[in-house]
Amino acid sequence: MNRRVTPWPLVGPATLMFFGLVVVPLTLTVILSFHGYNHTTGIENRFTLTHYQAILSDSYFLGIFWRTLRIAALTTVICAAIGVPEAYVLARMRDPWRSVFLLVIIGPLLVSVVVRAFGWSMLLGSTGLVNQAFMAVGLPTTRLLYTETAIVIALVHVMLPFMVIPVWTSLQKLDPAVEAAALTLGASPFTTLRRIVLPQVTMGMLSGSLIVFGLSASAFAIPGLLGGRRLKMAATLVYDEYMHELNWPLGATIAILVLVANLVIMLAYNHAVEARMRRTMG
Amino acid sequence: MAFLALRSLSKVFGDFAAVRDVDLGVEKGEFVSLLGPSGCGKTTTLQMIAGLAEPTAGTILLDGRDITNEKPNKRGLGIVFQSYALFPHMSVAENVAFGLEMRGVNRAEREARVKAMLQLVRLSEMAERYPRQLSGGQRQRVAIARALVIAPPVLLLDEPLSNLDAKLREEMQFELSRIQRSTGTTTIMVTHDQSEALSISDRVVVMEAGRMTQIDAPFHLYENPANAFISSFVGKMNRLEGQMRGGAAVIAGITLPCAPAGLSEGTAATFTIRPEKIALCAAGQGLIDGTITSRFFLGNTWLMQVETLAGSLAVSLPNQGEEPPRPGSPVALDWPASALRVEEGG
Repeated sequence: MNRRVTPWPLVGPATLMFFGLVVVPLTLTVILSFHGYNHTTGIENRFTLTHYQAILSDSYFLGIFWRTLRIAALTTVICAAIGVPEAYVLARMRDPWRSVFLLVIIGPLLVSVVVRAFGWSMLLGSTGLVNQAFMAVGLPTTRLLYTETAIVIALVHVMLPFMVIPVWTSLQKLDPAVEAAALTLGASPFTTLRRIVLPQVTMGMLSGSLIVFGLSASAFAIPGLLGGRRLKMAATLVYDEYMHELNWPLGATIAILVLVANLVIMLAYNHAVEARMRRTMG
Repeated sequence: MAFLALRSLSKVFGDFAAVRDVDLGVEKGEFVSLLGPSGCGKTTTLQMIAGLAEPTAGTILLDGRDITNEKPNKRGLGIVFQSYALFPHMSVAENVAFGLEMRGVNRAEREARVKAMLQLVRLSEMAERYPRQLSGGQRQRVAIARALVIAPPVLLLDEPLSNLDAKLREEMQFELSRIQRSTGTTTIMVTHDQSEALSISDRVVVMEAGRMTQIDAPFHLYENPANAFISSFVGKMNRLEGQMRGGAAVIAGITLPCAPAGLSEGTAATFTIRPEKIALCAAGQGLIDGTITSRFFLGNTWLMQVETLAGSLAVSLPNQGEEPPRPGSPVALDWPASALRVEEGG
C-alpha cells in the first residue's frame, strides 16, 4: 500500500472511537450547558449563561467543588505516601514473591468498585468491624460511614494500584549500582533513598498522581455509596441534577466546569514537575 | 603488615563457593589487578572488600583495623562501578561533591576539592553538565573523580574499561595509571582483560574458580605462568607434548634445545613456547623445518601458523615493513634454548 495512505486505515478505528465516544458527547454537553431550563416546560431552546452564573455564585455548588478538590488532593497525597514505599519494597522483592504481591496490589482492580464500596460500608458502619474493634479496646464508637474520611479511605484503596504501578515501573529502570555507589560514598540508607532513589522516580510519581487525582476527582460510586445523600462530590452532584432535578443543562454545566478545573490543575501540575525534570533528566 | 589484607576470605552461595580461602596483602600505594575469566570470583572479592557482599568466612583488615563487618558507608573506600553508576539527576560537580557532602565538608572546601579533582581527570569544563550529556570516557572519569575526591584509603575499580571502545580503552589505561600515580591511592582493579591488567598494575592476581592461583608482577607473570590455565589465559602459548632427554626436549622424535628443568631422564612433559619468541628463517637453517599454513596481518604483527613434524606452532612476527612468506612456503623455525620451557604445575 502507498506510504501516504497506509496510516489512515491504521489510525481510523481509534479516531472513530475517539470522535464517537469523547468528542461528540462532550460537544453535546457543552451545547446543552448553554440551554435554558424551566421547571414546568423543561429544556428551552435558547442561549443563556445563567447556569454558569448560578453555579459560580452559589456557595452550595462551590462548597461541593471545594470538597471534591480537597478529597482528590488528599487521596493523591495519601496514595503517594503509601504507594511509593510499597513500590520500593515490591521492586526489592525477588520472584516468586514479587509476582505474588504484584497480584495482591492489582487484585482489587478485578473487583467491581460497587462491591468494594459496599464492603467498606459494612466495615465502617456504626456496628461494623471497625467500630466493634474500637469498642473492644474501650474506645467510643465513631461515626465513620457517610463522612469524608470514609470516602478518602475507600478512594485510597481503589486508587493505590494506579500509584504503585507507574512508580514501580520507574524503579525497575534504576541501576542498582547507583544505590550501592551512594552507600559507598558515605550516605546512610535513608539518605540514599531520599537523595538518590526518590528523585529518579519523580516521573513515575507524577504520572501516578495525575491518574489518581483525575480518577478521584471524578469518582462516582464511592462518594455515592460511602458519602451518603448529604456528602456530595462533583460526579454525584451531576448525577442528581440529571436524574432527580431533571435539570440537564445545569448538570451539563457542572460537568463542564469540573472538567475544566480538572484539566487546569493537572496541566499546571504536569507542567511544573516536568519542567523541573527536563532540566535534569532530559 | 600489608595495608589491606584479606585473610582466608570465602563467599559461598548455597552449595557454590564463589570465593575460596583467598589470602592477599596489598601494600600502600600499590596498584593490584584481579584477573580472571567471568565467574572466577574476582568481582565477588571486590564486593566483599567494598562491603557490598558479606563474606561467609575470613577477615578483611585495612591498616590493621578489622573492617569485615563494617557497613559500606562507614568503610570510606572509593569504588568505580562497571556501569559507572553516576547519579543521573545530578550534574558532574554535584556527583563528585556527593561524597564530601555526606562527610559534612563545608561548601567552600567542597567546591575547591571538586574543582581540583575535575582538573585532575581533565573535566573542568564539564562541571555543569549532566551524565547523559557525556561520552563513555567522560562518564568514566567522573566516576573516578567521584570515588577519589573523598581521598579514600583504597580505590576499587570494577571492570572500569569494559564499556569503552578499543581505542578509548587504551587511552584510559594510561589515564588511569597517571591519576593513580598522582594521587598515590592504593588501588585494586578487577578485570578479565589480560592486556589491561599487565599494562597498568604493579602486581597481577590471577583467579580461577574462586581461588588465587598466582600473584606476581606483570612481566614475571607473563614469563613464568604458574600453570597451564594461566599460560594460555595470559597471552598466547604453544604447547607440545614430549620427553626430557639429555637436557633437551624430544618431541615427536625430534630433539630440540630447551631451558634446563629439574626433570629426570625420560620424564614425559609439556613444553611451552610463546609465539613471539620464535623466529622465522629460510628452510634448513633453523632448529626445525615446517610449512606455513596460514597467516594473519594484525597491523603491528603477523600471526602465522607453521606446521612442523613436532606439531603446529603459532608464530608472531613484528611487522618490519616486509611481507613474510605466503602460506604453503617452506620455512624453518629458530629460538633461543631458554624460550622452550617445561610447563609448571602440570
